[in-house]
Amino acid sequence: MQFAFTPEQEMIREAAREFVAGHGGADRLRAVLAGSRGYDPGAWQALAVELGWTGLAMPESADGGGLGAVELAILLEETGRRLFMSPFFATSGLAAALLRECAPPGQQERWLRPIAAGECIATAALSDDSGQPGAIGARFTPDGSGGGRLEGHASFVLYGDIADLVLVAARAAGSQDEEAITLIALPRDTSGSTAKRLLTMDQTRPYARLVFDGVRVGAGAIVGAIGQAGAALARGVQVAQVAFAAEQLGGAFGALEMTVEYSRQRVQFGRVIGSFQAIKHQLADLLVACEAAKSAVYYAACTVDEYRAGTASARDLAEAAALARCCCSEAFMQCGAHAIQLHGGIGFTWEHEAQLYFKRARSAMTYLGAPDWHREQIARLIGLDDPLPATAGGTR
Amino acid sequence: MKLGFTLAEEAFRHECAAWLEEQLSGPFRAIRGVTGLVACVEQRLEWERALGRARWSVIGWPARYGGRDASLAEQVIFAEEYARAGAPGRMGHLGVELAGPTILQFGTDAQRERFLPKIAAGEEFWCQGYSEPNAGSDLASVRTRARLEHGPDGDEWVIDGQKTWTSLAQFAQWIFVVCRSEEGSRGPAGLSYLLVPMQQKGVTIRPIRQITGEEEFNEIFFDGARTRAGYCVGRPGDGWKVAMGTLAFERGVSTLAQQMRFRNEFDQLVAAARANGTARDPLIRQRIAEAWIGLRIMRYSALRMLSGGREGALPPEALTYKIYWASWRRRLGELAMDVLGPAGEIARAEPYEFDDLPRMFLASRSDTIYAGTNEIQRNIIAERALGLPREPRGDR
Repeated sequence: MQFAFTPEQEMIREAAREFVAGHGGADRLRAVLAGSRGYDPGAWQALAVELGWTGLAMPESADGGGLGAVELAILLEETGRRLFMSPFFATSGLAAALLRECAPPGQQERWLRPIAAGECIATAALSDDSGQPGAIGARFTPDGSGGGRLEGHASFVLYGDIADLVLVAARAAGSQDEEAITLIALPRDTSGSTAKRLLTMDQTRPYARLVFDGVRVGAGAIVGAIGQAGAALARGVQVAQVAFAAEQLGGAFGALEMTVEYSRQRVQFGRVIGSFQAIKHQLADLLVACEAAKSAVYYAACTVDEYRAGTASARDLAEAAALARCCCSEAFMQCGAHAIQLHGGIGFTWEHEAQLYFKRARSAMTYLGAPDWHREQIARLIGLDDPLPATAGGTR
Repeated sequence: MKLGFTLAEEAFRHECAAWLEEQLSGPFRAIRGVTGLVACVEQRLEWERALGRARWSVIGWPARYGGRDASLAEQVIFAEEYARAGAPGRMGHLGVELAGPTILQFGTDAQRERFLPKIAAGEEFWCQGYSEPNAGSDLASVRTRARLEHGPDGDEWVIDGQKTWTSLAQFAQWIFVVCRSEEGSRGPAGLSYLLVPMQQKGVTIRPIRQITGEEEFNEIFFDGARTRAGYCVGRPGDGWKVAMGTLAFERGVSTLAQQMRFRNEFDQLVAAARANGTARDPLIRQRIAEAWIGLRIMRYSALRMLSGGREGALPPEALTYKIYWASWRRRLGELAMDVLGPAGEIARAEPYEFDDLPRMFLASRSDTIYAGTNEIQRNIIAERALGLPREPRGDR
């Protein structure tokens, strides 16, 4: 047991910081925001192909680097810190995690290899227009050939309009919960599938809405087996939650660091405002939240690795993921909100980065489940609903 | 970065668990689960001696002083098993966790030989002489004085002054005292860290009844109290550095044992909520889940702290640890009362005896005060972790 970064992990973080400093930053971010893609293809090429980040944490069977969830979390923390806009989470954090859980070894490599090689931007379409976790808006009807027909819609699909591959969660009409869920790997430009980018409050992470109008799905596009994806998909999403939490963690630290820096520069009443306890104490509370979130993210990332190695249970994974999302959503939201408040008027302007952190924090908080939802998962996991023992204890 | 234990470590776990079970279902069954501050004192002092005889008292210490040179993982395991077995709160904790590690790090060989084996054996108990009526948060303004005097049996320190909030002084043979040894010095300069015997006519103890109705802490009056010249830890005048070193040990392995006590309190709270039905209340469920998250975060953060080594300045996860747990436990107390409802406000017995949860609600109000108030913690975090300007003093 050693819960500290190895020298190799520290080197990965250093390299990631260097990359983001070169390809991210406020000016580059503005340029990407002004364009229509939602990412910088040159920077993506550098990240995915030259640096090989999309393959870093992939299994060696898919020609990946064989590193784990901790290394992936480090990369996502660093991209999140500067609001670096790219489909990196969608591809490596989300789609790859779902494929690894839902497709058996032997099948998964055909989708994972192009991702690992940096040749495929991938994403997942998991929820309907409500955006609530588990609310699936796509319906799949098998046609007896090993494939079938896909109808309905999916929304809140990260980079869903530019992705080369979309993993669509669909359920049999009239089914509930985890039963009868099928995961479908849909290539871009599949006939009958249309994607439209949504106009989002947070402009740093583009969502698309996908409509499926009688899409013919061949047997080769079924990930795993028809109607059997439910439990594996839930675990895959939990793995993705951990990666997403890492990106939120970076955002929280980024917003905090920006605000601390400002409070050391800005002079009022003849003092830097960071010398006032009213400011110091708020910033201290934010660091407390960030450090708690950091502990949660890296513990959860270790748990993902242990789960994959067979030394942690599915329950351990479920709890670690929900816990990391709660802590990171709240830390990021607090840091984003305080970034505006402590910058004062300038923080409320369109020009300032504070609003970008604030909006990203808000959209990230609700993606794949808001903190209340995750806490309810934890309440169930710790047994609040288990039947009482025959001789119930407790005080009076 | 990795979690989990080796086979050898799991074997060690069995060894600890077996010994604890044998003792706590046998000779010490009467004190299993005792959590009160000053309950069953005689048996608990005997328990400390039993731990010492079996070399379970200070397993992280060198073997020559009564420890086992245990690794971090082994210390983690022992703390977990100690709590799981329902072993009682450590009466010796001020010696085991504060005085001992301080003497080990800053003391002379002669001091180590004299004091450490007796702490390890449960033969000598300690208390802490830090706070004074006019030196609380501003600890460096202590006024208790010490001067060296030549005597027939060699030089001795002579101490005059008053300490307060001194826990467990009534059971202690020794006290470590921060006092002013240089006439006319101010602030952190000119302080010395002395080890002073309690059983002498120059030392008077007056118990203080606290919010729970218990008398666990005390006022100590020094009126010409004496100790050997050689019982100064660190050089005379260097006491501040040693005193701060002692505080750093409060963030050591003992935090794991503390968390296990918190876990037991949490379990009692959940049992109460399930028994009276509040576990089905959506708001209470959210708060219980949040409490669980905090409990896990404390464990993860403690593992980070302990894995990080001891060199250099305290890292942010260590600086944020105290305010995190203290605030968490205060909220747990509030949640416990909300779960119990008005029933929690009725005493169980004369003169003022409450069940564990209501007593915890009251006791937890001290957590955000002792060992650095939340307000002082925020200053420390802002100044040391975030690099913000230091608080101005009103008297210099």
